[in-house]
Amino acid sequence: MAFELNGKTYETDEEGYLANLSQWDTEAAVYMAKEDDCDLDENHWEVINFLREYYEEYQIAPAVRVLTKAIGKKLGKDKGNSKYLYELFPYGPAKQACKYAGLPKPTGCV
Amino acid sequence: MSRAKKFMYINRHAPCGTVYAVEGLEVVLIGAAFEQDVCMAFIGDGVFQLQQDQDTADTGMKNFSPAYRALGDYEVNRLYVERESLQERGLTEEDLMPLTWEDEDEDWAEKSSIYIVDQAQLSDLMDEQDIILNF
Repeated sequence: MAFELNGKTYETDEEGYLANLSQWDTEAAVYMAKEDDCDLDENHWEVINFLREYYEEYQIAPAVRVLTKAIGKKLGKDKGNSKYLYELFPYGPAKQACKYAGLPKPTGCV
Repeated sequence: MSRAKKFMYINRHAPCGTVYAVEGLEVVLIGAAFEQDVCMAFIGDGVFQLQQDQDTADTGMKNFSPAYRALGDYEVNRLYVERESLQERGLTEEDLMPLTWEDEDEDWAEKSSIYIVDQAQLSDLMDEQDIILNF
């Protein structure tokens, strides 16, 4: 599968995750979010950028429990909780945010 | 709910050449989500999985070794490395990547996850487990 944007083709897997994470750019993130009726604001971007940094460092997409804890440590307790993250990403914070961040589906995510 | 079971994942293969190491690590990370009591052991060529500065460029495999550093976040913070296996391969603890976890109860103090144990100690540890999985 694939989608096209500004003349560039983005390969995806059957669930819509980018097949090649080096293809990722902010336009792709905005496009994938729009497809889910989600307008990305700065709070979404904070999580997406965090995930990209996490992947860069550890080469894995964190499970939701690990993401929640790590966000809490970096951005404060009021953001490091499931309620806040599920409000931002109702389809599941790790799953949905990883998709917009161009990462594979989180390890341990079934 | 029944008490958490004690799991030990034993790693016996070098990081590259087969998929044992990378698949084994993935199983550990997935298993950690179920909040069991998880530890890992590194025996034989498995000790190479923790070696510092791995470079997989020539193998055509992704270098997944940074992912071991995430184990602490998954609360997998007991990694037992067999002393004899290190010695047989001319390695010491200094050749391994430093792996740590942060203790939430002690103001996020960083603690080492690596324990160098001899064969006899490892055998005792294996006796304590409910479930042992080999990779």
